[in-house]
Amino acid sequence: MNWETVIGLEVHVQLATKTKIFSAASTSFGATPNTQACAIHLAMPGTLPVLNKQAVNYAIMFGLAIDAEICQESVFERKNYFYPDLPKGYQTTQLEKPIVGRGSVTIQLADGTEKAIGIHHAHLEEDAGKSTHEGDLPYGMSGVDLNRAGTPLIEIVSEPDMRSAEEAIAFAKKLHSIVTSIKICDGEMSQGSMRFDVNVSVRPAGSSALGTRTETKNLNSYKFMEEAIEREVERQIDLIEDGGTVAQETRLYNGDTKVAKSMRSKEEANDYRYFPCPDLLPVLVSDEAIEELRRALPELPDARQKRFVSQYVLSDYDSEIIASDSNMSAFFETVAKDSSNAKLAANWVMGELSGALNTAGLSFIESPVTAQQLAGMVVRISDNSISGKMAKQVFEAMWQGEGNADEIIQAKGLKQVSDSGALEKIVAEVLDGNPAMVEDFINTDESKRKKKLGGFMGQIMKASKGQANPQQVNQILLQKLNALL
Amino acid sequence: MHNYTIAKLIKGLQNKEFSSVELTQHFLDRISQLNDDYNAVITVTSEQALSAAALADQRLANGDAPAMCGVPILHKDIFCTNGVRTSCGSKMLDNFVPPYDATVVENFARDGAVMLGKTNMDEFAMGSSNETSFYGPVKNPWATDSVPGGSSGGSAAAIAARLAPGATATDTGGSIRQPAALCGISGLKPTYGRVSRWGMIAFASSLDQAGPMARTAEDCAIMLNCMASFDEKDSTSVNQSVPDYTASLGNSIKGLKIGIPKEYFSEGLDPGTEIAVRKALADLEAQGAQLVKISLPNSHLSVPAYYVIAPAEASANLSRFDGVKYGYRCENPKDLQDMYCRSRTEGFGEEVQRRILIGTYCLSAGYYDAYYGKAQQVRQLIQQDFSDAFKSVDLIMGPTCPSPAFKFGAKGDDPVAMYLEDIYTIATNLAGLPGMSVPCGMVEEKPVGLQIIGNYFDEARMLNVAHQFQQITNWHNQAPEAVQ
Repeated sequence: MNWETVIGLEVHVQLATKTKIFSAASTSFGATPNTQACAIHLAMPGTLPVLNKQAVNYAIMFGLAIDAEICQESVFERKNYFYPDLPKGYQTTQLEKPIVGRGSVTIQLADGTEKAIGIHHAHLEEDAGKSTHEGDLPYGMSGVDLNRAGTPLIEIVSEPDMRSAEEAIAFAKKLHSIVTSIKICDGEMSQGSMRFDVNVSVRPAGSSALGTRTETKNLNSYKFMEEAIEREVERQIDLIEDGGTVAQETRLYNGDTKVAKSMRSKEEANDYRYFPCPDLLPVLVSDEAIEELRRALPELPDARQKRFVSQYVLSDYDSEIIASDSNMSAFFETVAKDSSNAKLAANWVMGELSGALNTAGLSFIESPVTAQQLAGMVVRISDNSISGKMAKQVFEAMWQGEGNADEIIQAKGLKQVSDSGALEKIVAEVLDGNPAMVEDFINTDESKRKKKLGGFMGQIMKASKGQANPQQVNQILLQKLNALL
Repeated sequence: MHNYTIAKLIKGLQNKEFSSVELTQHFLDRISQLNDDYNAVITVTSEQALSAAALADQRLANGDAPAMCGVPILHKDIFCTNGVRTSCGSKMLDNFVPPYDATVVENFARDGAVMLGKTNMDEFAMGSSNETSFYGPVKNPWATDSVPGGSSGGSAAAIAARLAPGATATDTGGSIRQPAALCGISGLKPTYGRVSRWGMIAFASSLDQAGPMARTAEDCAIMLNCMASFDEKDSTSVNQSVPDYTASLGNSIKGLKIGIPKEYFSEGLDPGTEIAVRKALADLEAQGAQLVKISLPNSHLSVPAYYVIAPAEASANLSRFDGVKYGYRCENPKDLQDMYCRSRTEGFGEEVQRRILIGTYCLSAGYYDAYYGKAQQVRQLIQQDFSDAFKSVDLIMGPTCPSPAFKFGAKGDDPVAMYLEDIYTIATNLAGLPGMSVPCGMVEEKPVGLQIIGNYFDEARMLNVAHQFQQITNWHNQAPEAVQ
C-alpha cells in the first residue's frame, strides 16, 4: 500500500528581548545557574508578573510577517502542572485567545515549486527552567537551573499541511529565516532559540481522514528533525502493516544516540486545568500600534529575494540562498555595493566565506573578514589586479587578520601581471626554454592540442611567480603557438 | 497612650507630648504582657521597631516628618517583610524569610510608621475564625472563648486589645470586615486595584485586596492615604490618583442616599444584630441621610460562586509551595512525587488542602464549564446588581456578618456553615467594590458591625459617612474590660 505522511509542527521561538517576559531579569544565555532568576521567576510568595511590552510587539511582528490576524484582546492563562523547573507550578501561556491568529507561510521546494503552509495560531508564553540530572550534584540529587525560566517564547502552531520531511525542514528553515529577518529571535538553534515539536501521522494515499498522530518533542536541529520524522514514519507504517495501531503519545528522539522512545501516552497526559491568569490583564493592542509595527517591519525574506533578482541581477538560486539569511543578506549587500560587482560578491559570500564561517562555526556577524574587506578584494579581482587563485590566498590572509586586500597584495607581492609586453616576454622565454614541448605540441593532432596547453601554463605561471593574468597568458600562448604551426 | 487614636498619636508625636521610642516601647510592653491572652501577634520585631522609632524621633525633631512618622503599627503576616519571617499563618512558610518588602509595607515605612511585628491569621487567609492558623487560634478580646473572625483576626484582635493603634489586613471574601465587626473596630477593604498586591501572598488574586484596620474611620483614612498607590509591579493596580481621604471626613451627609438591600436582612440574620444595624441606619437617617429600599437579586449566588472562583485561583496560587525552592520540605523524600505529596500534605493545614482540592476539581477537564465558567457568569450578574443599584443610591448598607462572634469550634465540623459567615461580604469582592465595617452596637456584650459598601473608588465617601456616624455614636470607643 502507498502511504501518505502528514506533518504538523509546533515551533518554540525564543524572543530576543533583553529581559524576561514577566520581569526585568536578563535573558542572556550561558550564565552560571540561577544567577538570572529574580524573585518573580523563582516564584517567591507575593511576587507578581508584569508583561514585557517588547515581547508583545515581537509576537505581533511575527503575526504581521505571516499575514495573520492580530488578536486585539489576547489573554494569558495558567497551565497547571508540577515540575521542579516550573517554579510557580503553572506556566503562564495563552490558549483561548492567542495574540496571533491564522496565517500562512510559503515554502520553496527543491523542484522549484512553492507551497503554502497554514499557521493555526501563535501564542506568547514563558519558558520553564532546566532540570539537570548529571554532573557534580551531591547524594544523587537533581539540579534545577532557573536562568531560562521566564524567557519569552512564541509558540507557532502549524496546520498539518506538510507531507514529507523535506517540506517540514523547508518550513522550519523558512520560519527561521522570517524570525531572524524581522530580528525577533537570534536563531541560535544550538542554544535552544528555536525548538521543534513534530506531529506525525500516516494514512493510505488518497485518504482524507487523518491517522493517529504522535508528537516528538524538542528537536533543535534540522538534521535531527529529518531523522526523527523519517524514523517515525517508518515506525508507524511498519506498525500498521504488521496489523498494529499507532498509539497517540508523546515521544522523544535523541539525535546523538539515534534512539527514539515513548515519553508518555495520551492516558498519562496531564489535565492542565487552564484558566485565565488573574494577575495579568488582557493584552489590548490598538489598530495604531499594529500599523506602527507594520510600518517598522524589516524586509521579509521573500521580498528580499525578489529585490536581489531585480536590483543585483542575481539568479533565483543565488538570491534565494542569500535572502533566506538576513545576516548573510546584509553582508552581501555591503560587499556588492562597495565592490560594484554583485555577481562576484554573491559568489564569494556564498562560497569561500560561507564555507569558512561554517567550518569555524561562526555566523556572518562574527565573520573575521569584514564586508568592507571582502569588497576591497572583489574590487581587485574585478580590475584584474589579482587572479581568482590569488584571491584565495588574499582571502586566507584576511581571515588570519593580516589586513586589507591591498595591504596583503602588496606584502605578498601578489600583484597580477597584466602588462602584455611583460607577459609576451615570459611566454616567449618559456617557449624558447622548452623546445621539446613545443615540438610535441606541433606534432599533436589538432583536436587534442588544447590538452597540451596546461603544461605551458604551469611553466609560465611558475616563471611569473603565479602573478601572470591567466586569461591574457592563455591568449598570448595560443597566438604564439599557432604562429609556429 | 494605647487608648489614643492614630490621629491623636500623630498630634502627640508632633507636639512632643511623647516620643516615638516611648510610644513604641509602650506598645511592645503591652504586647509582651497581653499577647499570650489573645495570640494576636506571632512575630514581634522589638529591636527593629525601636531603631525605626529612634529614626522617626529624629525626623520629628528635624521637622521633616512624613504623615505617619513614629506611629507604631502591626502588619498581617501575609505581607512580605524584608528579613522578617513571613509565614502566612502556615507551617509551609514557618521558615520563610523574604528578601523584599511588600509595597504596602514599603509605603508605611516611607511614611514613617514603625512596624511592631506581624499578626496571626488564618492559614493563607483561608478561614473566617482564625482557627486555621498554624500558630493557634486568636482569641477575641471581647470574649476569649469566642473567635475574632478571620482571616485578619490577629490584626483585629490586636487593635481591640490595644496592642497597636492600627494594623494592615487583607480581604478576599470579608477577611477585613468580618473580624473588624467581631472585634468592634473599623476596617476598610478598598476597591480592587486601589492598593498594590505586590509582596502580599496571594490567596485568590482576582479578589484579594489589602486595607487598613484601626479603631476609627478617621484612622482608616489616614492609613489608606499611605497604603493606596499605583504600583507598576502589580499589573492589576489601577493608575488613578489617590485623594486625601481625610479631607472629606467632615462633609455633611445630608441628602446622602443609602441603599438598604432586602436580601441583607433576610433569614439567617441574628435578630439582635438586625436591631443594632437598623438603629445605626436610623441614626444616619436622623442626620439627613435618605434610606432607600433596594434589591440585589443575585446575592444568594455569591457564596457558591465565591467558593468556586476563590479555591480555583488558590489551587494554582499555592502550587508554588512544593518543597523545591523554599518553605517546608518533608524529611527524606524517596522520590519527586513523594516530596511533593508529603511536603504539601504535611505543610498545609486541613482547610487549605480542602480548598486546593475544591479548586483543582472545579478547573478539571469536563467540570470547568459547569463550575468555573458558571461562577464567572454569576460574578457578572452580581456586578450588574451593584451597578444597577448605584444608579439610584450613593452607598449601600447592611450588617457585616449574620451574627456576633461565635464560640471556638462552633462551626468546626461544618465548612459550609463557616462559609456562610461571609454571606454579606463576599459579593463586594466578586464585584471588586470597596466595603467597610464600623462598630454599631453590642449583642450579648459582643460587638456588631455595620457594613458600608461604596461604588468603585468611592472610599472617601464611605469614610466620610463612617466618620460622621462615629461623631454621633460611641461604639468605636468601647473597649473590652480586660484591656482598658
